[in-house]
Amino acid sequence: MKLADLLHEVYTAITVNKVRSSLTILGIVIGIGSVISMIALGQGAQTSIEDRIQSIGSNLLTIRPGAQSGFGAGGVRGGAGSADTLSSSDVEVIRQNVEGIAGIAPEVSSRYQVVARGSNTNTTVLGTSPQYVSVRNIDIAHGTFLSEINIRNFSKVAVLGSAVSSDLFGEASNPVGQKIRINGSNYTIIGITTEKGGSSFGSSDDTIYIPISTAQRFLTGSDSVNTINVSVADDYDMTLVEENITSVLLIEHGINDPAEIDFNIFNQGDIVETASSITQTFTVLLGAVAGISLVVGGIGIMNMMLTNVTERTREIGLRKALGAKRRDINLQFLLESIALTLIGGVLGIALGLGISYLANNIFGIAAEVSTFSVILAFGVSAAIGIIFGYYPARTASKLNPIDALRYE
Amino acid sequence: MGSRDMIEIKNVSKVYKVGEIETRALNGVSFNISEGDFVAIMGPSGSGKSTLMHILGALDTPTSGTYTLNGKDVSNLNDDELADIRSEKIGFVFQAFNLLPRTTVFRNTMLPLMYSGIDEETREKKTEEALLSVGLEKELWQNHSNEISGGQKQRVAIARALVNNPTIILADEPTGNLDTKTGQLVLNTFKKLNREKGHTVILITHEDEVARHANRIISIRDGKIEGDKIVKV
Repeated sequence: MKLADLLHEVYTAITVNKVRSSLTILGIVIGIGSVISMIALGQGAQTSIEDRIQSIGSNLLTIRPGAQSGFGAGGVRGGAGSADTLSSSDVEVIRQNVEGIAGIAPEVSSRYQVVARGSNTNTTVLGTSPQYVSVRNIDIAHGTFLSEINIRNFSKVAVLGSAVSSDLFGEASNPVGQKIRINGSNYTIIGITTEKGGSSFGSSDDTIYIPISTAQRFLTGSDSVNTINVSVADDYDMTLVEENITSVLLIEHGINDPAEIDFNIFNQGDIVETASSITQTFTVLLGAVAGISLVVGGIGIMNMMLTNVTERTREIGLRKALGAKRRDINLQFLLESIALTLIGGVLGIALGLGISYLANNIFGIAAEVSTFSVILAFGVSAAIGIIFGYYPARTASKLNPIDALRYE
Repeated sequence: MGSRDMIEIKNVSKVYKVGEIETRALNGVSFNISEGDFVAIMGPSGSGKSTLMHILGALDTPTSGTYTLNGKDVSNLNDDELADIRSEKIGFVFQAFNLLPRTTVFRNTMLPLMYSGIDEETREKKTEEALLSVGLEKELWQNHSNEISGGQKQRVAIARALVNNPTIILADEPTGNLDTKTGQLVLNTFKKLNREKGHTVILITHEDEVARHANRIISIRDGKIEGDKIVKV
């Protein structure tokens, strides 16, 4: 039988019983639709988590003094006050001896009550260098960030995080040029950062940036730094750079036994990896749950096809009497179930796209439909047609024409 | 008769086995049918005439004995080879018409050609010829098979049986579901096809009325041939 004839037969068969065909197709539509939308939601979550981490800088190595504890902001920050094993000279040593560093920015930070024209707030004052903007991906909304000249001159200038700016001067104001009071000294505001959104690592919006030299001289009174941020150049391996920094600092600090290490390097890449693997597991889980509904849909197809074969026994007998071979019958029923699943597949993809669109635009949940999941869904629906159509088609093709013609 | 014998049935038996019980539906049947003949196979129900029809129609194979069709032994073929024989050499007409519902008259008639793999142009031409030769008006061709009368249905079935120009047309109680008048019309169609176009027709029936239309009547009872007489020449 020619393909065009087969398709015509398939079309007739599917349209003869529209309600039953539609309900069967619906099973596949729901299956494919949920697979696509669940995977989209999972991948959306993955991307948005990764984006948030990227916004801090995924190529970031953070060096913190003391404490044997592993990474984790709380633990390290607790030890930071007492341990002051890192200093400005370490920054220079790393800058000069380690390859693959895109930017390096030390930090000295502490919380202060900050006053401006009658309003006041309690916030983090962070002394750092000009490279901080590139290392921590900070954008400036108004004015400029700290410059080398500010560092050299111990300038009393400050860049306000967007949250601090609105706390002190109200929303949508531009206080560049005005003065604030930190720990008894006046600082001129030279810039405001762009709002970046919260992150689990402390909000960069709720921070005041001042030159590190100024911070060390007027606020902490020592040469030590709390943190050294290092951004690794794109084509360098983060772990390798991390190891190099470790060995350079061990030599610089005169430590022979690595067990007595007096600093910790925290690799942002690790966190990205961990987060990705968590969200990937999450995506697979969602997809698997949705996959179950796809299997249920497939069983629906099989059920319908078996009913079909029984109902059309006489027709099958007739076709055989008129010269149809097993192959012709087999192919006709197989194509019927594939057609059902493919129609279901296409509608299911549309449903999945629709749900993802709604999630994105109405409910504000990130959902990302990947071409891969669409291709996968399409392939799976065709495969389900073949797998669940195989048995009914074989049953049909094996019918004895005499018995089939007699069937009431 | 000799070489003109297109059907040779030699000592054919068919045994059905259901569990432990053996039923001998045909018991050493032999006869020949020559080209262009109009034969009625008659017998009461349970006589074995249906079994004989299944063997003649290549729907089944005999347990023993040989069936030669156009010089080819078809007694030991497998399913698909039998399907080929049916597709090329046999045209069936059934008591219950067995047309595909919700399918046009034209497409129903064309169905055997779709399984024999002829190109579209030829098969449409052949379908038209077949429909015209059974006297079905063109207006009906695009009607669905469930929208026409019983007599028209059976004529569509005959056209379908004719369409691949088979060696034999096998009609199993073709008038069984029709009233006398329409039945007569259908029988006349067979007669006309036999007389004017030279088609070989085998009519399976239990009614004398119907069998009388044939040129030769083979009577069968309890799986054996009881009588074989030529009625007309």
